[in-house]
Amino acid sequence: MNLLSRLKLRGGVHPVGRKELSAEAPICALPLPERLFISLQQHIGAPASATVSVGDKVLKGQLIAGSQGMISAPVHAATSGRVVAVGDYPAPHPSGLPVPTITIEADGDDRWLDFDPPADPMALSPEEIATRVGAAGIVGLGGAAFPSAVKLNLSRKSGVTTLIMNGGECEPYLTCDDRLMRDHPGAVIAGILLIQRAVAAPQVLVGIEDNKPEAIAAMRAAAAGTGVQIVPVPSMYPMGSEKQLIQALTGKEIPAGGRAADIGVLVHNVGTAYAVHEALAFGRPLVRRIVTVSGGAVTVPRNLEVLIGTPAQALFDFCGGYKDVPARLVMGGPMMGQEMTNPNVPVIKGTSGVLALTNQEIGRPSPAPCIRCSTCVRACPVGLLPLEMAAHIRIGDLGAAVDLGLKDCIACGSCSYVCPAHIPLVHYFNYAKGDLSAKERAKLKQEATKKLAEARNERMDRIARDRAEAARLRAVKKAAQEAAKKAAAEAKSQATEVAA
Amino acid sequence: MTTLTHSPHAHAPISIGRVMATVMAALVPTTLYGFWLYGWPAILLWSVAMASALLGEAFILRIQGRAVRPALLDGSGALTAWLLALSLPPFAPWWIAVVGALFAVVIAKQVFGGLGQNVFNPAMAARVMLLISFPVEMTLWAAPTPLTAAQAPGFMDALAITFGGGHWDAMASASLLGHVKTEFTRGVDLTHSFTGQFALADAAWGSRTGSLGETAALLILAGGIFLIARRIVTWHAPVAMLLGVAIPALIGHAVNPARFLDVWPHLLSGGVMLGAFFIATDPVTSPNTGAGQFVFGFGCGLLTWVIRSFGGYPEGVAFAVLLMNAAAPVIDRYVKPRIYGRTRKGAALPVKGG
Ligand code: SF4
Ligand code: SF4
Repeated sequence: MNLLSRLKLRGGVHPVGRKELSAEAPICALPLPERLFISLQQHIGAPASATVSVGDKVLKGQLIAGSQGMISAPVHAATSGRVVAVGDYPAPHPSGLPVPTITIEADGDDRWLDFDPPADPMALSPEEIATRVGAAGIVGLGGAAFPSAVKLNLSRKSGVTTLIMNGGECEPYLTCDDRLMRDHPGAVIAGILLIQRAVAAPQVLVGIEDNKPEAIAAMRAAAAGTGVQIVPVPSMYPMGSEKQLIQALTGKEIPAGGRAADIGVLVHNVGTAYAVHEALAFGRPLVRRIVTVSGGAVTVPRNLEVLIGTPAQALFDFCGGYKDVPARLVMGGPMMGQEMTNPNVPVIKGTSGVLALTNQEIGRPSPAPCIRCSTCVRACPVGLLPLEMAAHIRIGDLGAAVDLGLKDCIACGSCSYVCPAHIPLVHYFNYAKGDLSAKERAKLKQEATKKLAEARNERMDRIARDRAEAARLRAVKKAAQEAAKKAAAEAKSQATEVAA
Repeated sequence: MTTLTHSPHAHAPISIGRVMATVMAALVPTTLYGFWLYGWPAILLWSVAMASALLGEAFILRIQGRAVRPALLDGSGALTAWLLALSLPPFAPWWIAVVGALFAVVIAKQVFGGLGQNVFNPAMAARVMLLISFPVEMTLWAAPTPLTAAQAPGFMDALAITFGGGHWDAMASASLLGHVKTEFTRGVDLTHSFTGQFALADAAWGSRTGSLGETAALLILAGGIFLIARRIVTWHAPVAMLLGVAIPALIGHAVNPARFLDVWPHLLSGGVMLGAFFIATDPVTSPNTGAGQFVFGFGCGLLTWVIRSFGGYPEGVAFAVLLMNAAAPVIDRYVKPRIYGRTRKGAALPVKGG
């Protein structure tokens, strides 16, 4: 990385990392829970639709819900057992609303379906790799949970010059990617090479924050001779954000409203690469992931290999339960994660961590007035004016907030984190964005209704016109017929006259 | 809005109270030096200013029906009074401090809507009001009589000076800028009036005639660097303000040394140092971006030089700051950061293929 691109980076904050809590212990597998609650909406896009029913026996890795539509991902059984329910169950979603979920009672054997993996995955065609990634239900494991195959296919078509692998992991507490890169660097590199092949990217950069020297060393050793470059990036939040990582590694920015593909870049998470390797080398679909269990209230914070669908509470219990009263349970990192109001929500594909934070850790006294100190302006990695946007949103002037760049806000939370007045800035922005998109949806709906109405009117008009036209034609025809008749009659009479 | 908590679920260990406390800590060296240099009257004056600001703020919060404790505890009122006290002549009578402090917290701050809403820096607004209303008391300087010196006023003398309108011999002294201005209006040019008036070492260290806490340039600088290091303020406004004074001073003095003061006396006299590091960096009344703060600071410096050189008052920092305060919203309108993925004008960056 050149110095210039480093200088180009803006804003950012240095939250207390607290990664040491969970970073040192190697990954260990969580014992099989009794029941798994496998959500059918674990990804961005349309929910998967169940292909099994209550009472069915399933094997680990068996498809239990197929993907639906262009942007979707299938879901697989995470252990062998019996389907005991297909219905709604509380999901780790900000609305707290239940989502369609398949409940599996484990039979204890944890028996895999028989797979027939290809002898050499690297010999597969790029299309075939993408297809298999899609069939394995792989989604972005960094948290965004966008179906990976969709990204691969889009990027293959638009062309990729640089494949960036995100090993930034800038969120405090989270160490699952760090641990993965330390414990399984070979598998991660193998997955990266498969992704590279799938999109024919000439260059591969793996960005890893320089606060993970062990991971950098392990990855470097594993990447030797493959052409994959391991690039340490400065430790700064939000370095793991796609936009910031691209900027740090290439100096390029994604144009506003655009996608990484617009500048020839594709970004995947290192965890995703691991899952791709599992899927292609062993045929195993995505049914488990590494989850960081941490926070000041957790007795023994660590990283666990967890089956998708395991209730969060089981993870805390395995880590020795709470040593302190948890003031807040969070799924994801503390900067962008979501509060879990129900500790029994299941782990999904995008769950990077579950945290039990103490009061002291979340530390948020009541908000004071803004002192216009512009600390938030300095912290914003996007170059926004959080204080001004919040002031406009507070008085209900969402339009002015949009003019100030509300839609460019990546909700990273840097501004809220540093505000000395403890103003919940991100809360304002999320609220405003929600309101705006609701309004936009309403407008679209209204427009659609209007269009429908117009179409209907037009149709009615056309029918009326057609009818009138038909009537006219009929009248003309009739007149013509009559005229013909008359003419015929006349001719006849003339003929008779002549004949007479 | 929903009652759901939103991310982030963590917060930096910072609060308004801590910010204000850090600024006050940075003021301690120059303040203690001022106390030592001017003795008991300075201590009394500072205490009177602090007490009046806090009582006045508590009173007005109460009659407005707002919570008194959080507003007082955030320390912003105390900081305002502190800065005002540092800008007063050390032997000024008690009521100057009372009137100034009350004006600062009540009129310049709470009437505008309280912390964060005021357009003008309260301490500077009060200083200007005092200068205009009480020009005599506000320019009655005292030569330094350190606490340890034999001729220093004792505690009882100090009570007389501050509260009793007592006179003290040392009070006849004039500040450097005042002296230059007076002589200049009398037609004496700088080459004569200035000789022997300015000693760089004295000015830097601060043992000279001036406001309570404005003379010790080096101590103020140290406090300022501390604030920048603690990331409470950025370098933009202070550096720009010093440049704003220094550049025209250099040019002016080079062109006409008999008419314009040299750069060092400009930088080290009066309120420039305190203004650069503690007033121009006031979060509330300065622009929001680094570039904007630079423009703001430069304007403060330039106007200070203009007022000192051409205006009727010997000192111009307070006026300059108020003028630039009024310009801050305009600066904010025009100086904005470039948004990621957009050009400076706000359009999306072009899509470069491949
Ligand atoms: S950080 Fe908070 S107090 Fe400071 S300007 Fe931003 S919103 Fe206002
Ligand atoms: S949440 Fe939005 S406004 Fe705040 S720092 Fe992040 S991008 Fe900037």
